[in-house]
Parts: sequence; C-alpha cells; structure tokens
Amino acid sequence: MRFFGEPIEFEKQAGIGGPVWLGRAESGEALQAFAVAAHRADGRLAALWGSDERRRSGCFRVHCVFGFMAGHIRVSLDLPAEHPVYPDLSGIFPAASRMQRATRDLVGIATAGGDQRPWLRHGAWPADWYPLRHDAAQLANAGAGFPNAPSDYDFVPVGGEGAHEIPVGPIHAGIIEPGHFRFSVIGERVLRLEQRLGYQHKGVEKLFVGRNLAEGARLAGRVSGDSTCAYAWAYASAVEAACGASPPPRALGLRALMLERERVANHLGDLGALGNDAALAFGFSQFMRLKEDWLRLNAKLFGQRFMMDRIVPGGTTLDLEAPALRAIVEQCEAVGREVKALGKIYDEHAGLQDRFLTTGAIDADLARELSLTGVAARATGLILDARAHRQGYTPPPPWAMLGVRPATDERGDVAARAAVRFAEIVESLRLLRELAVGLPDSEVCVEAPPQPGGDGLGVIEGWRGEVLVGVALDGEGRLARVHPHDPSWQAWPALEHAVMRDIVPDFPLINKSFNLSYSGADL
Amino acid sequence: MLRRILRTGIVSEPPPEAGAEAREVARLNREILRILGRALTIRQVDAGSCNGCELEIHALNNPYTNLEGYGIKFVASPRHADMLLVTGPVTKNMEHALKVAYDCTPDPKLVVAVGDCGCTGGVFGESYASCGAVENVIPVDVRVPGCPPTPVALLAGILAAVRRD
Repeated sequence: MRFFGEPIEFEKQAGIGGPVWLGRAESGEALQAFAVAAHRADGRLAALWGSDERRRSGCFRVHCVFGFMAGHIRVSLDLPAEHPVYPDLSGIFPAASRMQRATRDLVGIATAGGDQRPWLRHGAWPADWYPLRHDAAQLANAGAGFPNAPSDYDFVPVGGEGAHEIPVGPIHAGIIEPGHFRFSVIGERVLRLEQRLGYQHKGVEKLFVGRNLAEGARLAGRVSGDSTCAYAWAYASAVEAACGASPPPRALGLRALMLERERVANHLGDLGALGNDAALAFGFSQFMRLKEDWLRLNAKLFGQRFMMDRIVPGGTTLDLEAPALRAIVEQCEAVGREVKALGKIYDEHAGLQDRFLTTGAIDADLARELSLTGVAARATGLILDARAHRQGYTPPPPWAMLGVRPATDERGDVAARAAVRFAEIVESLRLLRELAVGLPDSEVCVEAPPQPGGDGLGVIEGWRGEVLVGVALDGEGRLARVHPHDPSWQAWPALEHAVMRDIVPDFPLINKSFNLSYSGADL
Repeated sequence: MLRRILRTGIVSEPPPEAGAEAREVARLNREILRILGRALTIRQVDAGSCNGCELEIHALNNPYTNLEGYGIKFVASPRHADMLLVTGPVTKNMEHALKVAYDCTPDPKLVVAVGDCGCTGGVFGESYASCGAVENVIPVDVRVPGCPPTPVALLAGILAAVRRD
C-alpha cells in the first residue's frame, strides 16, 4: 500500500492496536519527499529515533513516525555505517529538531544541516561516544568513568535596548522536575523563551537493551511516572504487535479503566494546581482532596496508588470483582457531582478567569505546525484523540464501542486548557462507568511469547497526549531497541511560543496549564 | 464557595503512627519547634526522578496530610531550607546542580533521599547517564524507599530525620 502518491511500499501492522503502517525509504531524498507529502496532507511528526543495526545488517537506521487522519505511518531509512547522515526534517516539521539532536547524541547519526547543538549530552560523556551503539555497551554498564564536565550552551541571544536575560533552573522553585529556561525580557514582557532540557536524562533507552519483555514493562512504566499506565499500555501494545499476541477483551477493558483513572487523577491535580497558581487556594484544597480520594481507591482496588506494573504484555496482572467495579461507579458519581460544582465556581470566579483568559494563547495553525497532540492541541480546537472516531479512522478496541467524545475549545489559552480538562474529566467518568458496567467476561492475560526479530509500534492517548512506544526484538527474543516517545517533545516548543506575548509572572500559570513531562522527553 | 468550604469541613488526618504513638508525634512536633525555631523548611530537589515521587510529595500538601499544619513548609531556595528532600536517581546532568544546592543549604542541614531510586538508584541504577543513589553525590541522613513512597511514608521519613538531629 502507498500513501500520498509517494513511492514507498507500506504494510499494515498486524494485531488489534491502533492502525499503523510500516515502510522503508530507499534514500534520504525519498524520506524527505515523503515528509513533505505528509506535511501537505495535514500530517504531523509523531516521533523520530535511530537504531544501530550494524550487527544485523551492517547499517544504522533512522525511524520517523508520521501521524495523519487514518493512523500512523512509520518510515525507516538505512544509513551507511561509515557516514550515517540523513536529511534535516526540521524545515518541514519543526518538532524534528530536538529529536534529531537527541538521536545524534545517543546513536551518532546526524542530519545534514539543521541545529547541530547537543541536546541530551551536557558534557557527561565525550562527543564521539554514543551510548546506544552496540560497541558502547561495556563502557555504559561500568558507569562509563567519563569525567562529568558540564558544558556551556549557546542560547540564542536577544539584543536591543533594555533587553536582558533571566536564567531559571535547572532546579526550579517548586516541587517540579529540573530543566533550564532562559527568558529574554524587556521589563516584565517576555520576548523569547528558550528551553534547555535533558537534565532528567538517565539512560532509559540504553537500559532497555538486552532486557526480557517483563523487565521492559517495568521500565516502560517508569519513563514518566504520571503516565505510567499510558506507557505500560503503549509498550504492551507494541510488544503484542511484535509477537503476534492478542490481549483478551476483559484485559482491554481493565487497561482502559486504568488509563481513564490515570487521566482523571492528573486532571484533578492540574485543575487544583491551576487554581493555586492563580492564588485560589480554595481550588487547590478541593481538587487535591478529590485527587487523594481517587488515589486511595486506586490503592484499595489495584494495590498501588498509580496502578504501576498492572499492565503487562498479554494483558493485565489483576482482575476486578463486582464489588470493586461497583465502588468505581459510585466514586465516579460522587466525583462527578463535586467537579460540576467546582467547575461552576471556577467559571464564575472573576479573579481566576482574569488570570486564565487570553493568557498563554496559541492557535490551531501553530499547534498543527508543531505537531502538537493532547490537551494542549485540543484546547486550540484540533480534534485529535486516538480514542475517538474521526473521518477515515476507527479507534482500536475497547474504544470503538464506547463512542469517545473528544473535548475541544478554540481559545488556545490557559482558560481553554482548563476547560478541556474539566470536559475530559466528565467524559472519562462516563467512560469509567460504562467500562465498569460492561466489562466483558474472559481471562485477563495470555502468553506473549517473544518473537525473535519482531518489531512493533504502540500508540495510546495518554492524559497529556499521544504516547508512542517503538519496540524491536533481537534474535533471542530480547529487547534490542525500545523508543518511548512522550507528547512533551512536541509540546515543549509550543510552550516557548505560548509565553511570548505574556509577562514573566504569568509563566508559572502557563507552564502549569501545559504541565509537561521532563522525564518523559529527556529519557 | 463558602458553603462548599463549610460542607467539606476539616478533612486533615492525624499524622502517621497515630494511636499509641500519637503522644510521641506530639512530642516530636514540640521538638521540631524547639530545634528549628517554629518551623521546618524543606527544599525539594528532583535530581532525575520519573516524577512519580513528586506526585506523592505534592500529596503532602493536600488537606488530608496538611503538612503546613505541622509547621513544615516547602521553600523556593535551598538558602531558606533546613532540609533537602531529594528524589533520584541523580542523573549525571543534575550531579553538579545537586552539589551546588547542597552547598547553598545552611548548616546544620538534613538530607532525606526519597524513593527506591533516591535510595539505591532503583530501576535506573548507575550508568553513563546516572550516578545512582543520592548518597553517591551528597551525604544522606534518612532514606525513604518505595516506588513511589506513600505520603505517610514520606511524612514518617521527614519526622525521622528531625528526630535524629
């Protein structure tokens, strides 16, 4: 099968996950031409990563995943071992830039042109040593023994009378992950924000190499703790595609229950924190109380407050009995009533709305240009939700039967991102009730025997946005390469744009309204 | 809004080790006030976590745990802090910043390592990108294991660090 009239042959990935087509480009020019065609067809760059295939086929490989109306397309391109260079895609999809830089830092395959500054390498390892190359294996496990010499970074300077810089981080003032923000300001107005991330880089992708499938699941659940269910499911889905396994229907229902519970928990926390950042302590207390009730029921029913390690390749590790499902339905009704009342208070609170409205605005054109997904994209009016039907796309089970209604808002500001969260809580509560009542009878886990040389891609609509995991198995059925991709890769640059017309004191509020993952994108 | 505040009432719960040890906790609170001059201030440093631990540290500020009710408060600068609450593993990219934060915290200071990763390196261990446990980078007084540790375990760990002092 072909797409957009480009000469690349694709095969549809087997299995019950979301629709994914896999293909190979014959040359860098073919990849570039395909990217141009995908962009013209309103596609987005969903992920980009590299792999060292020299042992199997004597080359390096770069993988690009494009999201479009009907699903996802992965295009891989082989690169010669001696001179692994591929075309810069950042002129077509700006989101490619940081992914290309990270790929160069980790695998040592580079783009011809584009931003050549290091991204994840801050000086902890030499510029000519690449952790994800096979021959880097021994060194990496020995703690490497490289001198850790933090390097300077070439921030883009902003000139002009009265312009000055405010550096913030890597350690921030709140209870939050580390990253560096360089504001260029005049007075309190932000002219430009440039992020330098990578502080959370802890070598996750290297740790996957050589692990068995179960160990991989545990690690995938810790790529970004707030999205543990989304990652565990995306990983399981990729492994199931690679190994030809189909999780039983009840397991899919339970996974969806966990994913929606994760979504509600995070949205409750974010709405509380948004109130707090706008000096409405009442909102913080109320939403944090609801979130705590929610997590306590998780602990009771799933044995863990964040439901970590409950989704595994083949299904789930636990089943829920009728009383547990009843408790979920009852809690949904109680929380639904409270969220409705709190939503009214937020809507009518003049001080809060004054801070929310028009603050940190981006529009749908920018969201599309930056390949944005998730809450932030839907808050600009884009209808983009892997759980929901759209023209030419049927969501995978169990979503297809549930008729998920994606929440959207066209304002693109903090108020819109709050409104989308309110609407998504309401929808998730409905989904949870339907899932709990209609959970099909079956076993909850089947064997997923490792398929040597297997290869798969999993896509899950996490609470923040689209979570992708690419998995490739080696000749012994162990993990050869796993790339977990967080929606924050695409959303961080959107935050740089969102803050541009606003003032420095509004940054914490705008940042919170995106609530992006550092760990998920730094890996 | 006022009606809702009244209807919700006070949901704060007794601190951990309630019941037989409630008196001990009350004594500890007096102790905290005596030693640290009316308050304990904490600077939280995420040195490389998956952000799971941060979710539970946030929960310390919810009305159930109500940390500020004990006179314990999170502050924005290590210069204002009595205690560093550090999650890990410590990435190589955060090693320098963590050392600087430690040096900026005035003596006497306490360090609590949070989570399996903060205590041992956890699933991430030591590698080209990770220094592993917090104690590999700065001295640690108390360890709170768990993946992630519950808010009750965190509170108990914070109180245990003060008790040692």
